[in-house]
Amino acid sequence: MYDVTIIGGGVCGAAVAMYLSKYDLKCCLLEKENDIAMSTTRANSGIVHAGYDPEPDTLMARLNVRGCELIEEICEQLNIPYKKCGSMVISFDSKDEAHLEELYERGIANGVRGMELINKEELLKREPNLANDVTGALYASSAAIVNPWRLCIGMAETAAKNGVEFYLDSEVTEIEKINGAFKVTAGGKTYETRFIINAAGLYADKIAALAGAQDFEIFASKGQYFLLDKTSSWLVNSVIFQCPTEKGKGVLISPTADGNIIVGPNAESNNERDDVSTTREGLDFVAQEAAKTSKLVDYRENIRSFSGLRANSDKKDFIIGESALCRHFINVAGIKSPGLSSSPAIGEYVIEILEDCGLIMTEKAEWSYPEAHICFAELSNEEKAEICKRNPKYGNIICRCNVVTEGEILDALDSSYIKPRTLDGIKRRTGTGMGRCQGGFCGVRVHEILCKYYGIDATEVLWDKNGSNIVAGKVGESND
Amino acid sequence: MTKHDIVIIGAGPAGLAAAVAAYEAGVKDILLLERDCEAGGILNQCIHNGFGLHRFGEELSGPEYAGKYIDMLKSTDVKLQLGTTVLNIENKIVSAVSEANGFEQFEAKAIILAMGCRERNRGPISVPGDRGKGVFTAGAAQRYLNIEGYLVGKKIVILGSGDIGLIMARRMTLEGAKVLAVSEIMPFTNGLSRNVAQCLEDFDIPLYLSHTVTKVIGKDSLEGIEISKVDENMKPIKGTEKYFECDTLLLSVGLVPENELTRQAGIDLDLRTRGASVGEDMQTSEEGVFACGNVLHVHDLVDYVSAESERAGRSAAKYVLGTAAAEKDGLNVNVGLNLGYTVPQRINRVNVEKGVDIFFRVRKKIRVGEIRVESNGEKIASFKREFLAPAEMEKITVPKVLLDKANGSITVSAIDLEEEAK
Amino acid sequence: MKEMICIVCPRGCHLTIDETTLEAKGNTCPRGEEYAKNEITSPMRTITGSVGISGGIHSRLAVRTNRAVPKSKMFEIMAALHACRVQAPVKRGDVIIENVCGTGANVIASRDM
Repeated sequence: MYDVTIIGGGVCGAAVAMYLSKYDLKCCLLEKENDIAMSTTRANSGIVHAGYDPEPDTLMARLNVRGCELIEEICEQLNIPYKKCGSMVISFDSKDEAHLEELYERGIANGVRGMELINKEELLKREPNLANDVTGALYASSAAIVNPWRLCIGMAETAAKNGVEFYLDSEVTEIEKINGAFKVTAGGKTYETRFIINAAGLYADKIAALAGAQDFEIFASKGQYFLLDKTSSWLVNSVIFQCPTEKGKGVLISPTADGNIIVGPNAESNNERDDVSTTREGLDFVAQEAAKTSKLVDYRENIRSFSGLRANSDKKDFIIGESALCRHFINVAGIKSPGLSSSPAIGEYVIEILEDCGLIMTEKAEWSYPEAHICFAELSNEEKAEICKRNPKYGNIICRCNVVTEGEILDALDSSYIKPRTLDGIKRRTGTGMGRCQGGFCGVRVHEILCKYYGIDATEVLWDKNGSNIVAGKVGESND
Repeated sequence: MTKHDIVIIGAGPAGLAAAVAAYEAGVKDILLLERDCEAGGILNQCIHNGFGLHRFGEELSGPEYAGKYIDMLKSTDVKLQLGTTVLNIENKIVSAVSEANGFEQFEAKAIILAMGCRERNRGPISVPGDRGKGVFTAGAAQRYLNIEGYLVGKKIVILGSGDIGLIMARRMTLEGAKVLAVSEIMPFTNGLSRNVAQCLEDFDIPLYLSHTVTKVIGKDSLEGIEISKVDENMKPIKGTEKYFECDTLLLSVGLVPENELTRQAGIDLDLRTRGASVGEDMQTSEEGVFACGNVLHVHDLVDYVSAESERAGRSAAKYVLGTAAAEKDGLNVNVGLNLGYTVPQRINRVNVEKGVDIFFRVRKKIRVGEIRVESNGEKIASFKREFLAPAEMEKITVPKVLLDKANGSITVSAIDLEEEAK
Repeated sequence: MKEMICIVCPRGCHLTIDETTLEAKGNTCPRGEEYAKNEITSPMRTITGSVGISGGIHSRLAVRTNRAVPKSKMFEIMAALHACRVQAPVKRGDVIIENVCGTGANVIASRDM
């Protein structure tokens, strides 16, 4: 019997798992895909918002501001790409300026520190590549950028190291209530548990329905992006937003924690829950909107266009708490923006909720973060020399664009608690294939490392999701 | 830190030819760094024939061509260090890392950049649609097929008619895959004409000119491709969509010189070639740093890579031996009408003995043309050329006597004589 | 008259040939004329591919026919390559399959391994 079962291995499920792992409880996490961080978490803007957007006295406001503090600490502990670069909401006219003042007031009410209204001259001094018709900005120094899937994986690894069990390829298909507990069927196995945390993202309403507790609905909203090569990193220094509208925070231009520039997203509501295609119209719209912010975006430097899905709901605020329809079934649902920013605070908050529900929480005497993985590219020459002596595999560069070594890939395989099995799994942990050649050079080499490590045939290695075998067959085999 | 007269980065065709030529020109202390586990670069996976007719007078496969240079290298004392990736170049100090030797620094009197190029992928052309498995660059598929022995797919559509794409259409067909279509956005192919003949026509593979991929379909793995005709502004025309059920989309949409190290080193790049800007001696904006081969501009023929690299090798040797002409008589080479770029971008006439080779590409197809070299509005040289095409690199050799007439700069243009006659 | 692009070398000359008199035009070397004539009477191609290899640094060894073979034999020769496996070491130019498919041509190794 588990004390707590978490459904969903995105950034929220991982955060809940990490905070739960601090207590003397038997917990597990069920994920339907073959890896964690596979949906909303892996395709978003990667922004840690300062917290001036949400209405005061909402969960969003409280958890965003707290999450913003926690992410900085977690990233430092786990060596996750993170940079406190600050954000600008820029104005173009007096209506926008009034809006900025409103955001400033809201930020004060939400407890955001380090905000500053700046004029055009100051703005262009800090961000010289913006369009010349800007009139000023709201600057927030606490806003940051983070690699979102690395944050998720880092928190999940911490949870796994401290005893939370992770089950991949485990789609929940049935939830039964027996004797005040639950029997969860997932991936053909059953898990008995006293509490369920529903962190199923885009499918949270479906999971709630399985427990007979659906009192909300999830709507997938698609956002399309361009990701520009590091050669464009001169473009902006901080996250640049336009004034938000009812539709959302609009198209931003921002550095990413990995050193690229991201441009996007648009917002397409009522999207299919598994449709992450890009469209010419969507990308054209993004480019057209971004041109208001800066005329200098060079799309020839685009290395990847992609789409992400946000799990919007029919409620204004996050849906976090015990379901009114089902005891001990706790929803972490409708986690739209600022979900990533709030994620660790959501984890912290779920502990309070569980305690209120009567779960006895005893803190473990021993709890620690896993050892941070080495990032070869960040090391000084002396450190590089030293680490190659310790393990020569750090001398073998596999991904030239991002300077990722075989040593780092083997670390991701050897010393991970949740082992990557796919090309994209290695990419999410080490950054291989994320550069300008998008795996054209290193893909085949990572493929080979996976074959060797798992002792499998090349035809068995997956690109990403199950069924996405990279190669179709051996030379000379019959073709029927 | 160890010291060497010349450090060469990359042991593909460019690096190999530069090393051999520099050695023959009298510099014995040469270090050749290669990131792969063997020399030869991309030639090792280009197992088709068609290499070496100019250089060796016979038609060779890629590995054979590389093999000949590797043999030449073996007869010298050039030190070849494999499995070594250069991390950066700063003030003639090359930092590199390898599994065998760990982190190392080399101080060089001269450096030759010969890193080659990489394939352009889906990003810069923003092919819309799903993002599942099944989209490969043609070169990645070629590596899987010819080195590892695996087919990436069985039903293939190819976007772009560059040479690698055409060669792969034939290779995949011979290996039992079905190539359904080659789609090219331009109204003409980007590969050599002979590759259209022997790779597509031989196997009845349809070539759709003025067509591009408008949709990639298949959520986790590729299921199909939609292509559409494009108008003269290269915008897809509604209603012209064609659907192909397939498991693979190969991209052959161009090559980009791989100049990250060059950029980091602060060396001037030419926006047209996306390679370093060089003189007739292949010297970059940084004294003693030379560049050659596809890192400088993308060539169609390895034979020309070798010739250019031998020139770079000899120039680097002269520089090290102190026999290079010091006097600078910079003549800028400007890109004129219908020209895409030129290499070199400047000419130091003191170095020119008989004449200087200028390589270029035209921007449009010209059936009957004239390559005109002008200085201050005055024609100083002119060359007749037929069947000029953007896909094919061209060369003119301007004799020194004519070059001496120039003043300050020269401009090279390609005149369409048929158009001029109208 | 038939138009064709010469594939003998990368130059890719635009040839025209009279199908009855076999008179070729547009070639810049004698090999072009020969190509055009052959292309009408019995088209020939050099076949390149790979064979399996054990004990080498890669699992495939690049090979080619040492001269052009009838175009109609292409797939038959591919099948012969698929059936062939060699043991390293191999030197460039080593004969891998003699008189492949009765064409009189040999399949030779493209590289050392």
